[in-house]
This record gives sequence, structure tokens and C-alpha cells, in this order.
Amino acid sequence: MAFDITINGKAQKVEARPDTPLLWVLRDHMQLTGTKFGCGIAQCGACTVHLDGKPVRSCVLPLRAIAGKEVVTIEGLQSKEGRAIQAAWEELSVAQCGYCQSGQIMAAAALLADIQEPSDNDIDAAMSGNICRCCTYQRVRHGIKSASKKMNSKVAKSDASIEGAQVV
Amino acid sequence: MQVLRALKLYKSDLSRRDFIKKTVKLGAGLTLAVSLPSAPEALLNPAFLGVSSAENPINAFVSIGLDNSVKVIIKHIDFGQGTFTGLATILAEEMDAAWDQIVCEFAPSDKTRYANLLSGAQMTGGSTAIANSYIQMREAGASARQMLIDAAAAKWDVPREQIIVKQGILSHSNGLNATFGELSQLAAMQPLPEKVSLKDSGNFSLIGKAGLSRKDLGKSDGTAIFTQDFKMDGLMTAVVAHPPRFGATVASFDTKRALGLPGVIEVVEIPSGVAVLADTFWSAIGGRDALDIDWDTSSAMEDGSVELMRRYKEAARGDGAIAKKIGDNLRGFAEADIIVEAEYEFPFLAHASMEPMNCVARLSSEGIEMWYGCQGPTMDQYAVASALDIQPDKVKINTLFAGGSFGRRANKDSDFAVEAALIAKTVKSDSPIKLVWTREDDMRSGYFRPMYFHKMRAGLNAQGKIVAWEHKIIGQSITSGTAFEAKAIKNGVDRSSVEGALELPYDFENVSVQLKTMEAQVPVLWWRSVGSSHTAHAVETFMDQLSHAAGLDPLQFRLMHLGDDQRFAGVLDLVADKADWNNDRSGGRIKGIAVHKSFGTYVAQVADMEETKAGKYCVKKVVCAVDCGLVINPDIVKAQMEGGIGFGLSPTLMSAVTIEKGRVVETNFDSHRVLRMKDMPNIETHIVSSSEPPTGVGEPATPVISPAVANALFAKTQVVQSRLPLNLDV
Repeated sequence: MAFDITINGKAQKVEARPDTPLLWVLRDHMQLTGTKFGCGIAQCGACTVHLDGKPVRSCVLPLRAIAGKEVVTIEGLQSKEGRAIQAAWEELSVAQCGYCQSGQIMAAAALLADIQEPSDNDIDAAMSGNICRCCTYQRVRHGIKSASKKMNSKVAKSDASIEGAQVV
Repeated sequence: MQVLRALKLYKSDLSRRDFIKKTVKLGAGLTLAVSLPSAPEALLNPAFLGVSSAENPINAFVSIGLDNSVKVIIKHIDFGQGTFTGLATILAEEMDAAWDQIVCEFAPSDKTRYANLLSGAQMTGGSTAIANSYIQMREAGASARQMLIDAAAAKWDVPREQIIVKQGILSHSNGLNATFGELSQLAAMQPLPEKVSLKDSGNFSLIGKAGLSRKDLGKSDGTAIFTQDFKMDGLMTAVVAHPPRFGATVASFDTKRALGLPGVIEVVEIPSGVAVLADTFWSAIGGRDALDIDWDTSSAMEDGSVELMRRYKEAARGDGAIAKKIGDNLRGFAEADIIVEAEYEFPFLAHASMEPMNCVARLSSEGIEMWYGCQGPTMDQYAVASALDIQPDKVKINTLFAGGSFGRRANKDSDFAVEAALIAKTVKSDSPIKLVWTREDDMRSGYFRPMYFHKMRAGLNAQGKIVAWEHKIIGQSITSGTAFEAKAIKNGVDRSSVEGALELPYDFENVSVQLKTMEAQVPVLWWRSVGSSHTAHAVETFMDQLSHAAGLDPLQFRLMHLGDDQRFAGVLDLVADKADWNNDRSGGRIKGIAVHKSFGTYVAQVADMEETKAGKYCVKKVVCAVDCGLVINPDIVKAQMEGGIGFGLSPTLMSAVTIEKGRVVETNFDSHRVLRMKDMPNIETHIVSSSEPPTGVGEPATPVISPAVANALFAKTQVVQSRLPLNLDV
């Protein structure tokens, strides 16, 4: 069967069984392998992508349920939150083996889009579905806070410069 | 067994190991005679490993591009412990390359060039990547630097002593200068130096430096290629239906329904089960679900964890093989004022790396070529060759990034690599295959950290000194019946079962350590920190029970029992100072301390716990002190302490594998609980400054956390918990 979905901003026609999980549509049909397989039962978060802007576990999301929706994967992560998270990840050397990190980054970017300055409790709630067996959790937490701080200070700065312009 | 014979050919290079130790101890700049391997043919072949024709191989470990890139060939897999960055740092240091020009690539399978100098085989394990490569990578860098100087001297017609190398540029006072890239072709034509001079450690500019950008790239944007992501024309996905119980085999199977499904290409029987090959993973899974298999369970395991533990406890009543004996425990116990006893039960543990096992294989008339996260190229080469009845040099392995291992990928049977090779051999099609395991396949496969039972008894005299120490360990052997047996098992004692219980930090007058090795049908394997993963817990929690019985502070009690090795005191003092051990118990904080040495690295930790509700506890903070000798990259040392502690916290607090009637009960992350973000304490790492030879950091943090946590709980509750995972709801 053919389904219409939008992946990373591009309208795509996918020919696959309707029960095919989005994860395998991405990996085997679209050759987008940045999204990873870890458990297949929505317990580890390695397969996290954005569906209409919200983080979802693509390993349990059948193709038939996402027709007409917008999917963003790690390959297409362009949002300012996403870029800030990726920059923080590089700066803090968050990744160890790296296998879960696409999922961590997608979950973290969605958290920042939702809450500009997440508290530790917000981070626990949003990120506890993403397992990292290398246990990079401490740096994931710092990475989210660092990205949040940088984004907010940028917002503050651009506000300040607008004010400055008005004074002149 | 062919593999066994072949593995016996490994030569451990002991003289070289001694040499490395001595050399590093000297610390100062020195000149060494070297016999570095030249670049392998694989590197000289532009089609291989992505080497472009614009690259000039200098020696086995470095190749310089006309574009001025310096490619470092990494002989150890990088599954997160930072070998790309660490090994490249060492080479770049001696080469005087600029960090920005460094790129890294995995070495091809070739033990003549890329053997681990401590084992003789090409492999990663035992936290040896830096330890065994430290001098070798320095030599490789220094040798390359010398060849660049030779090239410049020839080109400029100036004496080589007048040439300066800095940040990837060679220059001469007469104004001439050139980049590594510009001189690379000429440098590659110079003879390999027979002697090289190494820097004085005081002149290091990269080694020990914080903030170097990491070289294991592509992990923040999804571009890093893991086995799962490897693409190749015509690649078929293979999934395997494995027996549901240990020891079961295929009796018969019906493929009709599976073969009728779209996408399913072939179904074949292999020794480990029935393989379904399809165009995609989802088609293959559909095919596997549609298989009708009768399993022969006549030789299947009948019992499980409960029955095994019962047998282990019974066995603990008798004597085991003597692993260590000092003095006379009988006399010691007779002199003791107080005798303390303890028992500990340790469950099976799964590695559960994020990436389940998988492997790409392509068979041809030349042999077999494989692509995967390979931890032990040499052992896998021999095992695959044996399974296919070909020569080991016909097995070509290309190492890819791996999504964790924790010991799992250095499989003594090369289980998943052999499975992939046999599927490739058995299928009718010539197409390459990609074996993909699901999480359940991975969890059910076994190769667990063995289950153990420990029985301990010690005597204290009136001064609170330990005068007798008896430690019995009961469990399966990891190396028995494998190629590693000859090296690991001596006088009935498998070192991997007792390590960590033998070389105690403490100087006891009378010591007896015994091992009783048990048989069971569960495949077992080393798991991050191997023997120390259980021995450190037993020794260090028992020390706290003894300190309590002696009425002494756990830190003081440890310090008064330390032997001559001052590095234990070094990490204990540092951690006590940073965790404010002697003072801070404010805000209901509960603290526990533990110290352990594994793989040559000393680690002490203080776990700081909080009572969140009456009788409910959580680990809030861990302060960690580490002495791993000379530090190559402080940030990676810290990352490994953080990760190692987190990894050790899973079995401390929640993880265990249970077996019932030969079947694994916990098969996915719903029932097999592991540490998550909400469970992760804040970790603070402090590094002891040292000029001792560098030792590994991948494993040594892991075994220390469970006793630190157990000791904190014990300090508060005075209840001895004899079982892991601990109950935090007491």
C-alpha cells in the first residue's frame, strides 16, 4: 500500500505494509538511519522522532497512523532548539557510544521547544524514557541546561539590541 | 578444536610489557630503537577503508593526506570509551601535529600490525587500549615526525637538526616552511627510522590537555555509521528464531507460511536456529513470526536461578580450590575477639548494550568480508574461519562504531559473528546479509555475568584489627572450556572468578580465598570489570560490617588496614576530602565509602544518599577519586567515571537477570530495568595527579559504586543486605 507522509519537510510516497513501524519505514525504505532501533516496544527511546512537533517512539508507530502527518528525524532537525542542543552536545562531549543520542537529542529538542527553562524535574520527566547504557545522563542534563541558557541569553540579547535601537 | 589450537599461537609479549613499564617510569625524553610496522597493503590500496589516492601512508598508524589531514589508524574499537580521541592524542603529541588536522579510522583486521601488545591478539578489553598503546603510538608519532623532517631536509638541503616542527608545520630559520601535507609524498618515501626520540613529558602540549574536540564524530547528528546503518547493494536482512531455552535445538520446522509472505526471500536452518532472510527488517520479522518450529528440548536446561543458587549455597559448605593463602587462618580465628560472617548473592547480569548484536557478512570466492562493531578481530577471525573451514586470513573484518559492549562483543565463542557467517554460507543467494538481533534475541542469548554466591568470615582482635580473613566464591567459570582457559585457569582457579578478591588494598596477616567452580547451562561472559563486578562488593561491604563491629569509622578502618601501596591511600584521602567525609552529614545525608583497584587503576567513591520518605532512599550524589597514572585526556577520564558509576548503579539498584527452566525471564527494558535519567545521581570526579604509566578507565569505576551505596545504607539502617540489587525501601 502507498502512504503519503512528510519527512523532514519533503512530501514522500511510501510503499509498505500498513503495520510497518515508522522506524523501519525511515531506516529501510527512506534510508534514514540516524534513528535507531533499541527495543521495539517504546521502552528505550532510541527511535525518538518528532511527529507534528511532538516526540514519539517511532518503533511502535504504524505507518497507517501517520499518513498526512509531518515527521522530523535527526537528519532533518533544523529548529533553533535542535541546533542549540546539538551544539551543547558537541561542546560537552555528551556522547559515548552514541547509539542512543539521536533519540536523546530529539527528546531534548522537543523538551526545550515546550519548556524554555526546564527544571531538573522537567528534565527527569521528559528524558527518563530515553535509556543510555553508557549512562551519559549527567551530561545530557547539563547539555539541556546549557542549550537553554544559551538560547535564552540570545533571546535576551536580541531584545536588548532592539531596545538599544529604539533609544537611538 | 581448531580455534583453540589457533589461539594458542598468540604470544603475549611479556618482554615488551616490561619494557613499556620501564620506559614510562623514566618519564624523561629518551631515544628508543623501534621496529614499527609499515603501512599495511590495505592502506596502500586506495579502494580500501576510504583511503584516497591523495593519501600517503607513513607507517601502520598514520597516513598524511595531500590535503594536510593526518589520519590516525586506531587499532582498538571505540564504543564510547574514547579510544579515537585518546590514541590520536598520543600520536599527534609526538608528531607535533595540529589537533584540527587529525582524523581517525579503525584499523583493518591484521594482528601482525595491530595486536594488543598485552594479549598478542588484536582486541579491545581489560581496559588496556591506552595502557598497551601509550608507547607504541608515541613511537609511531615520533617516527612520522622524523620522516617528515628527513623529507624537508632533503628537499631544502639543510641539516635536519635545524628544522623545527610545530602545529603541523615544518620550518627553517632561512624562511622555508611547509605543511605536513606538502611534504607527505616525500615523507612516505623515507625509510622507517630505526631509532626515535620521545618527548620529555614536561613538553607535552596535547597529552593531559582539557578541551580537545573529540574525534569520534557523527554522534550528535545521526551520521555515525553503526552496523545497523551499513548499506550495501543487495543486502538482505536476516533475523533468527533462536531456541527458547538454553540447550534446546531445532527438531523440525515448517517454512510454508513464512515463505508466502511478501519480502521474505529465504528461510534456512543454521546451528543456532532458523534464519529468515528478507528485503527489510519488518518483512523478516513477519517471516519469523510465521515460522512453525518444533524445538527439541531433550537437552534443554531444566532448572533456573533459584535452583542454581541453592546448589551454590550447598557447595559453599565445603572447601574450594585455593586461590590465595597467607598465614594461618585457624590461628587467626583462635586469636580473634569477634568473628563476623556474611553471605552475598549476585544474580546473572546482562550487558544490554543499546545496540543489540548484529553483523554484516559477504561471502565470496576470496573468503568472507564482515562489517560490524568488532571488539576482538583476531578471535572472531579464527572462530569464523573455523566455522567456514577456511583460513583465518580469508576472514576480513571491518570495524564499525558499536552501540556499547560492556564485554558482550568480545565473545569467547564469537557467537553473533559466527552466526552471520553461517547464514551467509547457507543461503542460496550470493547476496550479502545483515544479521539483526532484536532486544529479545540479545537478552535471551545469555552470555551473562555469572551468578555468584560469596561466603565470608573474618576475625577482629581487641584493637579492631582484622586477624583472619576467609572468602569463598562459588559460581560458573567464564573461561572454562574456551581458548582462554589455558591462560586464565591455574590449579582449578579461574582468575576471572576471583580477581579483585586476591589483590586486596589491605594487608591482612592471615588470608584464605577459595573458589568453587560450578557447572550450569547458562552461557556466561565477562561483564564490565569482570571479577571485580562482584568481588569488590563482597570485600568492601564486608569491610564496613567489620568496621561497625570494631566500632571504628569506615574510612579510618580502611586506612589502618592498608598495605604498602600508597595509591590506595591517595584516592581514599582525596575522596574523603572532596566529599567532606569527616564532617558533612547535614540535611539527612547518608554516606558510604568504598575503594577498589581494577586493571591497574585505583578508584574510591563516596555515595551520598538521602532519605526521601521514611524508609525510602535514593542516591543523590557520588564523589569519585581516580588514580589512573598519567592522564591522556582528563575529560574522557571523567566521562568514564560518570558512565562507569551509572552502569554499576543499574545492578546496585534494579537490574538482574532471572532464569526459570532454562528460559530468560527479563527479555526487554520493560522487565529488565536499567538506570534512567531520574535515577542518575550527580557525579563529581577528582583525578590524582600522577606520572605513573597510564592505565585504563573504561571499567574501574563500575565495581566501586555498589559497595559505596550498600555501605551508606548500612550506616543508616545497620541492616546487612546480602543480595543485589539492593532494596532501597527498607
